[in-house]
Amino acid sequence: MSDDHVYLSLAEEHDDGDARWAFGTGFEDPLHGVDPAVPAGVDRADLAARCLALGDDALVSAQRLAEWTTRAPELEEEMALANIGLDLLGQARLLYTRCGQVDGTGRGEDAYAYLRDPGGFRNVRLAELPNGDFAFSVVRLLVLASWRLAHFERLTADPDPVLAAVAAKGVKELAYHRQWAAEWVVRLGDGTDESHARTQAALDRAAPYLGELFAAYDVRADVLAVLGQVTDAAGLRLPPAPPLPGHGRDGGHTEHLAPLLDELQSLARAHPGATW
Amino acid sequence: MAVNGESGRERMTTHRKPDAADHAEPELQRHFDATIARDQRVEPRDWMPDGYRRTLIRQIAQHAHSEIIGMQPEGEWITRAPSLRRKAILFAKVQDEAGHGLYLYSAAETLGADRADLTERLIEGRQKYSSIFNYPTPTFADVGVIGWFVDGAAICNQVPLCRSSYGPYARAMVRVCKEESFHQRQGYELLSTMMRGTGAQRAMVQDAVDRWWWPSLMMFGPPDGDSPNSAASMAWKIKRHSNDELRQRFVDMTVPQAEKLGVTLPDPELRWNEERGRHDFGTPDWAELTRVIRGEGPCNAQRMERRRRAHEDGAWVREAATAHAAKRRARADEGAAA
Repeated sequence: MSDDHVYLSLAEEHDDGDARWAFGTGFEDPLHGVDPAVPAGVDRADLAARCLALGDDALVSAQRLAEWTTRAPELEEEMALANIGLDLLGQARLLYTRCGQVDGTGRGEDAYAYLRDPGGFRNVRLAELPNGDFAFSVVRLLVLASWRLAHFERLTADPDPVLAAVAAKGVKELAYHRQWAAEWVVRLGDGTDESHARTQAALDRAAPYLGELFAAYDVRADVLAVLGQVTDAAGLRLPPAPPLPGHGRDGGHTEHLAPLLDELQSLARAHPGATW
Repeated sequence: MAVNGESGRERMTTHRKPDAADHAEPELQRHFDATIARDQRVEPRDWMPDGYRRTLIRQIAQHAHSEIIGMQPEGEWITRAPSLRRKAILFAKVQDEAGHGLYLYSAAETLGADRADLTERLIEGRQKYSSIFNYPTPTFADVGVIGWFVDGAAICNQVPLCRSSYGPYARAMVRVCKEESFHQRQGYELLSTMMRGTGAQRAMVQDAVDRWWWPSLMMFGPPDGDSPNSAASMAWKIKRHSNDELRQRFVDMTVPQAEKLGVTLPDPELRWNEERGRHDFGTPDWAELTRVIRGEGPCNAQRMERRRRAHEDGAWVREAATAHAAKRRARADEGAAA
């Protein structure tokens, strides 16, 4: 019965309380060796707000990527979309945890994800728009990954060592996200008349949301250079568009955020205080 | 995820390789039989009887389809998982299933099958997937119970397949089994946590156990006397243990785990048989399995509809990728000619 050991060991006790059986919970600690103390001179409220906003962008994006599960055009894309979603979910968890350490409330990651209402979320609005078709999802990903990568590259030198470490880990992930999205935008722009039209429409739809990104972080030149390079290669254009009024960073959101959060939070809120 | 003989009655045509030298076949057959007898592996370039190839393609494709359809019942909960940790665990698990599907379609391709063609067969209902995925997942406890029972049953079925006579399948199974055991462990850990939680959480776990126990026992396929493909598969060492034997092992392993967890398995006939040194248990409702295989399970239509829709919605994307690749080749050729 040598085949049985895997199954038989299931109910055995383990010293680490089984935590090792959960992905993202203890195999590798990206903050290993990083001093969590907030350095002198760092404004704690400002740091918390920055972590929260970046965490919200990541969580909302991860939620939209999760919606692609079992709906992707091909298995390879199924896996890539999940990879990217998992990376962003991991970033959100680290950023919320840091937020809870510095904002004076001592809240854990789940308090930020599950117990705030839409008005409390600080993500940019581009992240919360519905997935649309595959063209819109890859265009949106290209824009957001390019923007977040440019900002994270700067954050690797942030005075807060924890945020700098989260950014250093994130830079590698975001470089892959940007690459994957850029390759698809080129493929779709160049592919067929239909894919070209859909991808141009996706760029047109995303364009008014770009102003909000550049108001949040001063990375306009870097991001537009990347987008210009990709759209040129794809035979597409990013149209100039006046920025939409309002700002997700101030808690102003589209009508799409509330249903997204309803779904995300429904089970957790139905069982207040429960541990899962 | 689930490999079994449950839908062994389906019909399929093979990608029959032209018999290059029919007159040489007795010699090739002897060589093949000797390979099997010595417990050596058959590899893609080796000669193999048509029936062996056909059986393997059917089994591996069904297994691959099961991985892909099996993403749906649990995938429903990724966006609603009640903590970020559980969300990450579940997201990663469902992604692993897509990965298993990929390895398995690749293994089928070593036998001359084509992934796109196998996908068409699934969507048109000409090839099956494991019936277990036609049951609904109304609560989050279903995620844990699927890990514990369904992945557990899959492990019982698949660990012996790591010694299957066909090399690529056996090697894919080694990797799949490692990840399945990880998933099973995660499911059990979720249930342990919920059983230590509120009364509502414990009730949710027991309810899920009640709903999944019998369908899980059916994952091993019909009773041995009623499993048409089993004998050949055993002789070819594609399969190593009978359906009933694997089912018994699953019951014997699960009973102490259920006790430890504090849940009741919904079978009044379940008891330890001192004489046999094994558990006696009741008979699954085989008529139900037949109905679910026939397409009358609670979620058959919805699972197929989702898979079909994803495939159809993605058609323009796949066409664009193909067109782009062709244009690139043409441009490269022009560049080389110029």
